[in-house]
Amino acid sequence: MNLDFSEAELAFQTEARVWLKANVPSEPLPSMDTAAGFRAHQDWEARLTEARYSVVSWPEEYHGRGASLIEWVIFEEEYYRAGAPGRVSQNGIFLLAPIIFEHGTREQQDRYLPTMASGEKIWAQAWSEPEAGSDLASIRSTATRDDERGGWVLNGQKTWSSRATFAHWGFGLFRSDPSAERHNGLTYFLFPLDSAGITVRPIAQLDGEAGFAEIFFEDVFVPDADVLGAPGDGWRVAMSTAGNERGLSLRSPGRFCAAADRLVELWKERGADHPESGDGVVDAWVKAQAYRLYTWGTVTRLADGGEMGAAGSINKVFWSELDISLHETALDLLGPESEVESTWTDGYLFSLAGPIYAGTNEIQRNIVAERILGLPREPKVVQR
Amino acid sequence: MRFELTDEQTGFAAAIDKLLSTSDAPAVARAWAADDTGPGLALWKQLADLGINALLTEEAQGGAGAEPIDVVVAFEQLGRHAVPGPWVESAVFLPVALGSDESVGALAEGGIGTVCAPPHVPYALDADVAEQVYVVDNGVMRGATTRARHRSVDPTRRLFEVVSTSSTTGGQPTTGGASTTGGQPTTGGRSTTGVQSTTDRAFDLAVLAASAQLLGCGERLLADSVGYVKQRKQFGREIGSYQAIKHHLADVRIALDFARPLIQGAALTIDSPDRARDVSAAKVAVAEAAYLAARTGLQVHGAIGYTAEFDLSLWITKVRALVAAWGTPAYHRGRVLAALTVVEPVETTSSTTGER
Repeated sequence: MNLDFSEAELAFQTEARVWLKANVPSEPLPSMDTAAGFRAHQDWEARLTEARYSVVSWPEEYHGRGASLIEWVIFEEEYYRAGAPGRVSQNGIFLLAPIIFEHGTREQQDRYLPTMASGEKIWAQAWSEPEAGSDLASIRSTATRDDERGGWVLNGQKTWSSRATFAHWGFGLFRSDPSAERHNGLTYFLFPLDSAGITVRPIAQLDGEAGFAEIFFEDVFVPDADVLGAPGDGWRVAMSTAGNERGLSLRSPGRFCAAADRLVELWKERGADHPESGDGVVDAWVKAQAYRLYTWGTVTRLADGGEMGAAGSINKVFWSELDISLHETALDLLGPESEVESTWTDGYLFSLAGPIYAGTNEIQRNIVAERILGLPREPKVVQR
Repeated sequence: MRFELTDEQTGFAAAIDKLLSTSDAPAVARAWAADDTGPGLALWKQLADLGINALLTEEAQGGAGAEPIDVVVAFEQLGRHAVPGPWVESAVFLPVALGSDESVGALAEGGIGTVCAPPHVPYALDADVAEQVYVVDNGVMRGATTRARHRSVDPTRRLFEVVSTSSTTGGQPTTGGASTTGGQPTTGGRSTTGVQSTTDRAFDLAVLAASAQLLGCGERLLADSVGYVKQRKQFGREIGSYQAIKHHLADVRIALDFARPLIQGAALTIDSPDRARDVSAAKVAVAEAAYLAARTGLQVHGAIGYTAEFDLSLWITKVRALVAAWGTPAYHRGRVLAALTVVEPVETTSSTTGER
């Protein structure tokens, strides 16, 4: 058992650190959920791509470096330690790409992945519907077969669609077999958000910015070439995304370790005035450290051929609660000034969404209890 | 980078688990609490045969010269089975603190030692069965004799006041001493004198072992609680099918899963400048996780869990005692904070708002 990096890993770490120090913008970029900020974040992605840092773990032919999982975690740590901007391409590179690699055809991989990696095309997720939140399988939006044109016609509504306000493409599940129920008869579609029949209505979030949107579909044609996996097999295809979003991919430890380090710096400045916050600072740091070490354990198991599985739910509850308590402690330290807009208030508002998106923490706890502890499922409620 | 136990280590854990699973360890613990120490001493010898007592003793002195991670592996099992006796003292603190002293050889072979290390360890555990009794006096190990006995919230922890036989404190109990080992928070591996740094290192290894014991206690409380809620029925179905119960137990699983890597990680940094910080972080996290396991375990069992007759009580009371043993959570949080505020300033990490 050891936590030592190889020579090659250390060299990679140094190279990334040096590049980030020289290239990370000294001033924070404007919010990616504004038109100007979105553009600025896309430009940043282009710079990352030039240096082949946008998708280090991808194959070289798609702008990657073929980096190992260990190197990916190392890069993420360096990225956040350097205070680099949030990733506007997040939904695509971390949530969708793993499924395209697994289920997409070679033609689809060649067509989608390069512009996704470079940030030229930004992807938005389209999971939830007004009547399908935690109960995602109750999706009502439909896909009707159109043999003449060789594709499908989408109708319905998606909501809470992150990044959709400014993004170029969307991905999500539609009911392609009206006679099937629940997890059956769903198909995974990819669609340009400027397609005829699509209307995007931005929704302002707690911070006032349009971080998510509703998407309305009115007879939107999608060719067969933009179906991911087999028609009717969408649930199985999509669940690999859910595992990625909940688990390792979305929330590398780097973000929390960097935030905990910033909190310690804040404590050094403000702690004398708020000694009662000392315990909160320690607990945030300890939990970030726990998350970091836990991730190394996960990386070891995955490298040995293990799977993330339901452990992603353990991860998700932990980091989302850590994120909130860490920011609460920072605001406590800021005292009466804490309401003044700052990176801490931004981070706090952002953290509040954590226990809700990517599967609420209540759903995650059900998964932990049923799939890891082996507790019995709740009896099905008979409807009608 | 390989952050996972080796097959050898999981095999060691399985061997201890197998012995204890077939030894009716709860009955041994109950007898120990009633001063019938015979079964416990017999079990002590059997565990010594597996090599637990010799782990940290140098090979030159007849020990195994094992790594701290092996101590973690063994002590998790001791906690899981509520094994009574001065294990942390005899198998971890003393072999390190006594160093090359010849008395260490006897401990490695299964002899029993105990220690009082004020202020954090104010009493010597099970001193009446120990062949070697010590008190730590400003980093110096002194022989001691046993005085008054106190009852612990955990009936299997038999506490004794001891006094130094070679000091000039005139027979006063040493519970009020102010030596390190650990009086003042240290930031790890930076103590001034040689003896002090030896007992500080012994103290931190003892904290690590106690943390592993807590982890084992927490795992056992969770396992027994999960087993119970799967078979206990109310309102016509297993209570474990209700979300109120599920969510409580899921939170315990999560807390334990994130305490474990801190303990394992601290075992790896025991000889680095981060030793005190990492050991204290582990103790803080596992004390909270195990305590949550105890409270939750009691709650989901209901009244049966509150009885002395039911074995769950062994772990509920042990966790409460171990939370404060070898440094309270407040002490360990203080050490983490002290370590964090003296480290070199990290590079600024401005403006990382997130993404989703």
